[in-house]
Amino acid sequence: MTPPLLPDNNMITVKKLVKRFGLKTILRGLDFEVQPGEFVALLGPNGAGKTTFLRILASLSRPSLGEVRVAGFRLPHDAAQVRARLGVVSHLPLLYGDLSADENLRFYGRMYNLANLEERMTEVLDMVGLEHRRKDLVRTFSRGMQQRLAIGRAVLHDPDVMLFDEPYTGLDQDASSMLDGVLKTVAAQGRTVVMTSHDLARAEELATRFDVLSRGVIAASATHKQLKKSNLLAFYKQALAN
Amino acid sequence: MADNIRKAAGKSVITNQKFSTQPTGSFIKAVSAIVWKDLQAEFRSRELFSAMLVFSLLIILIFNFALELDIKTRQSVTAGVLWATFAFAGTLGLNRSMAIEKDRGCLDGLLLAPVDRSAIFFGKVISNLVFMLIVEAIVLPVYSVLYNMNLFQPGLMIVILLGSIGYVAVGTLLAAMSVQTRTRDMLLPILLFPVAIPVLLSAVKASSGLLAGVPFEEVQFPINLLIAYDVIFVAVAFMTFENIVEE
Repeated sequence: MTPPLLPDNNMITVKKLVKRFGLKTILRGLDFEVQPGEFVALLGPNGAGKTTFLRILASLSRPSLGEVRVAGFRLPHDAAQVRARLGVVSHLPLLYGDLSADENLRFYGRMYNLANLEERMTEVLDMVGLEHRRKDLVRTFSRGMQQRLAIGRAVLHDPDVMLFDEPYTGLDQDASSMLDGVLKTVAAQGRTVVMTSHDLARAEELATRFDVLSRGVIAASATHKQLKKSNLLAFYKQALAN
Repeated sequence: MADNIRKAAGKSVITNQKFSTQPTGSFIKAVSAIVWKDLQAEFRSRELFSAMLVFSLLIILIFNFALELDIKTRQSVTAGVLWATFAFAGTLGLNRSMAIEKDRGCLDGLLLAPVDRSAIFFGKVISNLVFMLIVEAIVLPVYSVLYNMNLFQPGLMIVILLGSIGYVAVGTLLAAMSVQTRTRDMLLPILLFPVAIPVLLSAVKASSGLLAGVPFEEVQFPINLLIAYDVIFVAVAFMTFENIVEE
């Protein structure tokens, strides 16, 4: 199915997005746009609605009001088309502990009905540095290895858009550094990335744009060029104060 | 569009994976992938199956000691004891089967796949049904020995299959609902047993008739009812599963 071409040619377009859970409003008319190939760090305090927003972009949750388009497809109507172009990594690995790395990837590959699956699995395992552990059960992996495999699972179908929800949660320094490398590789392949994070230093190193989500709306937005180096903390604090 | 966008962004266009354009093929592939994954994971852990089996054997053992009855009375309670055993063990399995998906976020992984939600439902139903049928295949001979009764009748096997299909179909749907809550272990039986009563009643009625050796015409009505409930439960679950698993 060919997506309708949009005049803005954005990879992600969100207009006046509202999300309510019962009487509680989490997102209050949020507007958000991402250009193809951008790496956006979505910052904000706990409870700001970052995960809720990402779940809507991932088609795991329905918007209460507003318009959401990913890769030109409208959500929730064209959810299957969006899912085929989307890779999601959260702080949970979304992997089966009683299956090996190989078996997990093969399972997801079959769910995405991929051609040349075995070849692609080798490519992906090589990219995340787990080729030597491909036959081992995932439950024997460290947290960092599981998170790298989770990224492998998410890029298996070669998505155009990647959503990372706090991918560094629970990782030690070494594992975080390795994940940095994998994330840079993923972004360098031309994918559009949206990542939520509390780690400003890491976000500053990886992202090309920083959006601060506060009280259900994007409170401030700035590109890497607009910010002077090491000034992200001040920008973040000011965005929350306004 | 995707490739054009990447090119427009001045980025490399890496090998784009090809998706099948045949929805039916991808549906069947997704269903079989879920069944394969569940069986493979269970083969390794034996977590779900062993719990169901031990629980079933304990129930029939307890009933064996509790009901020290003569052969005629035993015959009359067999269908009830069997279906109570299957229902309790089935609930245990259904709960665990969905909890495995939820605990590591794998349910989201399934929901992110570009397949019809009903493929996920049918995949889970088939694997749950396989687990339940294996447990039943072990429980029946043990019951036959303990209660000194011959349960190996083709008619009874069909009734057990039909009853299990209906129970697992509605159970999988409700397990997908209850797994989203903190009280999932308690909630599933509370939701499932009232809804599954028509299936269990028909199954008990048909089973006891067949075990008593009554003519087929007399058990035809509960068997027909069982088939009707299976069709209704599968259809309702098929239509509502998407709304249940999405927020």
